[in-house]
Amino acid sequence: MKIRAAMIGVLLLSLAGTTNAQVAAERLLNAGKEPQNWLMYSGGYSGLRYSTLDQINVNNAGGLAPKWAYQTMAGGKFETTPLVVDGILYATGPDDRAFALDARSGRPIWQYQRALPPDIRPCCGRVNRGVAILGDKVFMGTLDAHVIALDAKTGAVVWDITAADYSKGYSFTLAPLAIKNLVLVGVSGGEYGIRGFIDAYDAATGERKWRFNTIAGPGEPGNETWEGESWKVGGSPAWITGTFDPATNTTFWTTGNPAPSNRGIGRAGDNLYADSLLALDPDTGKMKWYFQFTPHDEHDYDATQVPVMLDDGGKKLIAQANRNGFFYVIDRTTGKLLSATQYAKVTWSNSKDATGRPVGSKEGEPTLEGNPVCPGALGATNWMSPSYDPQTKLFYVTAREQCDIFSTAPQAYDAGHAFYGSAYYPNDSSQPFWGALRALDPATGKLVWEWKHNSPTWAGVLTTAGGLAFTGDAEGNFIALDAKSGKPLWHFQCGASVIAGPMTFAIDGKQYVAVAAGSTLFAFGLQ
Amino acid sequence: MKFQKKNGWRIGLRVMVCAIAALCAGMISEAQTKNPYAGDAKVAKLGESQFRSNCAFCHGLGARGGGRGPDLTRAQKRHGSSDEEIFHNIHDGIAGTAMPPATAGGIGVGMTDEEIWQVVTYIRSVEKKTNAVTGNAARGKELFYGSAGCGTCHMVNGKGGRLGPELTTTATSRSEEYFVDSLRNPNKRLAQGIVEAMKDFPQEYETANVTTADGTKYQGVVLNEDAFTVQVLDTRETLHSWEKSSLKKYEKTRQSLMPAYDEKMLPEKDLQDLLAFLAASAGRGK
Repeated sequence: MKIRAAMIGVLLLSLAGTTNAQVAAERLLNAGKEPQNWLMYSGGYSGLRYSTLDQINVNNAGGLAPKWAYQTMAGGKFETTPLVVDGILYATGPDDRAFALDARSGRPIWQYQRALPPDIRPCCGRVNRGVAILGDKVFMGTLDAHVIALDAKTGAVVWDITAADYSKGYSFTLAPLAIKNLVLVGVSGGEYGIRGFIDAYDAATGERKWRFNTIAGPGEPGNETWEGESWKVGGSPAWITGTFDPATNTTFWTTGNPAPSNRGIGRAGDNLYADSLLALDPDTGKMKWYFQFTPHDEHDYDATQVPVMLDDGGKKLIAQANRNGFFYVIDRTTGKLLSATQYAKVTWSNSKDATGRPVGSKEGEPTLEGNPVCPGALGATNWMSPSYDPQTKLFYVTAREQCDIFSTAPQAYDAGHAFYGSAYYPNDSSQPFWGALRALDPATGKLVWEWKHNSPTWAGVLTTAGGLAFTGDAEGNFIALDAKSGKPLWHFQCGASVIAGPMTFAIDGKQYVAVAAGSTLFAFGLQ
Repeated sequence: MKFQKKNGWRIGLRVMVCAIAALCAGMISEAQTKNPYAGDAKVAKLGESQFRSNCAFCHGLGARGGGRGPDLTRAQKRHGSSDEEIFHNIHDGIAGTAMPPATAGGIGVGMTDEEIWQVVTYIRSVEKKTNAVTGNAARGKELFYGSAGCGTCHMVNGKGGRLGPELTTTATSRSEEYFVDSLRNPNKRLAQGIVEAMKDFPQEYETANVTTADGTKYQGVVLNEDAFTVQVLDTRETLHSWEKSSLKKYEKTRQSLMPAYDEKMLPEKDLQDLLAFLAASAGRGK
């Protein structure tokens, strides 16, 4: 009897345990204190994609081996960064799949796949980059421009709201960011002449709390940077997850190209807030300041790279290696530009303005017959996550060395149809195209080392306290490098290009590193 | 679809959805056989915008072909020349090639059926009448396998070498200017080799010079390569795969193994005969 009573007691206790919210907002604030978990897209609010786990390190990385693999059986690009919370892994896949796995074994716990309408307009593949978690829910933006909340334990849809009209080219591909009781998302669709926005939804109900339009409307400051009515179809999406500074209660988001992406005629002006870094109040969506990387962009140089927060002595900074080929360091309390240095081949700009900001040149403009410009339309980097390692004090970015020929031609806006006003194609006279993982010193902007990729890649970077930098290549290798020197320590052939950012977690005191490639999510550990 | 218990309502809904899908499938297959906009210059203009956004990255401005995509201004196309076939190739991609399906977001921003027909209309508007083949195909064949030495490295209709690209149907996908350029100046643009589905660019026909650990030297064409390994077909047509770190020397150049055929090596008349042979092998002109 006593035993039975004790058992019931245990049962009741464990039942009570299950009713507790899994991830309170405070846990997200202190994500660094539980390195065994990976609680958001970039690992923590600072966007470092750095882990203090060091069991896998420069001395033993050569002994890494696959521990399990999970196959989505989906085609297309697999861009997810999984989250891991207390032994459960949450990730997404192509065609708006989401799934929860036992992070120890890779065995599925639940699987969700959205029934998407046949006429969705994703610009660049039916991709998704991951979920956010808060309380007992995981949150996902969908290709038909909805934001949904799934029960973290069952995958059941808790709420499902329409954020925008997918038939006009709006969609979501990013992993949302949970702050306090809100879920923040930014929209994709810069290829369709959308009007971009960043939204915040009540995590409990899905009610929209605010919207920040990333193109200034009539009467708002910045609207004068658009010619005529061009602001209405000016693009400026926000398709990569932002970061958050609790000390100043500021969330940082980046925006993409003005539309049409490769035709500036018809949208004279700087086109605010396209290609910009935005500092927003997460409670209200009010803008505190902005910094525009590429004024009047004509080369599709989205600034949608994670705005990485780093501290250098007393200086509170944001570092971004931008798609346009410059590495920017910005004071994150004021938005003031501190430095902009070239980290890849650049020909679109040959001068800087009074603030030190690179600006476009006449020679770099697209022409009807085509003008060779570097970087190409896919950029000197793209959405793949960079990493900052507080131990080496280096910033790691996947660089692409590929130049394109940019041609421009008039095109009328037609809702829901591609709106480029352009053509671009690789400039073969600048072959070979290649890529590199580059380690940059934010203090000087200088290159410290590089690991050459055989061809341009889309893999992100993870650094760890084990002294390692993990990345992947287009040829399918997942690679561990010495973060100090760039020396390769280990690699594994995944069988398909790595088009995702790696992450790391631990269970039962054992560290794992996970990465998506092809249709497979791999978890590696020490043998 | 999330795994969930079925119930009558859901099954009923599914039957309905299936019925609608079947109906739509019927409509689509009807829609895919005939270009509703054939010859419409206005639609061709819309198609040009679509083409620029979605196709020019590989097929170049004006559909004249880039390094990676065939010249589409040739009336006879390798994978089918009818409206229906071109629509199908854009809609579903071409298996075994770098051509992705438009519908799965594989091509540029992806295209609707309507937009694909616009592109078909545009392609039709830029097609050229085939140039009259002036050369003598029979003599071209003799040259190919004889004094010009092409057959040492290139195969046509199952006969020839393996070191260079197979040429049986290339006349349907490359312009004559491209052939002339490749013969006269082979280093200007290397031919494309293996395509891997998720890579931005295919492997090119680069040249490798290798010295193995035991001192043996090889020269050949790079079939594929990554950061750690290289796969080579040497000039004796032996396949090799090496860990780069195991090699004493590994040098790669963009100097093609193909010699540059200048006017002296290949007079204009011979060149025309060779082109006539390639056109004939592709079933284009005699």
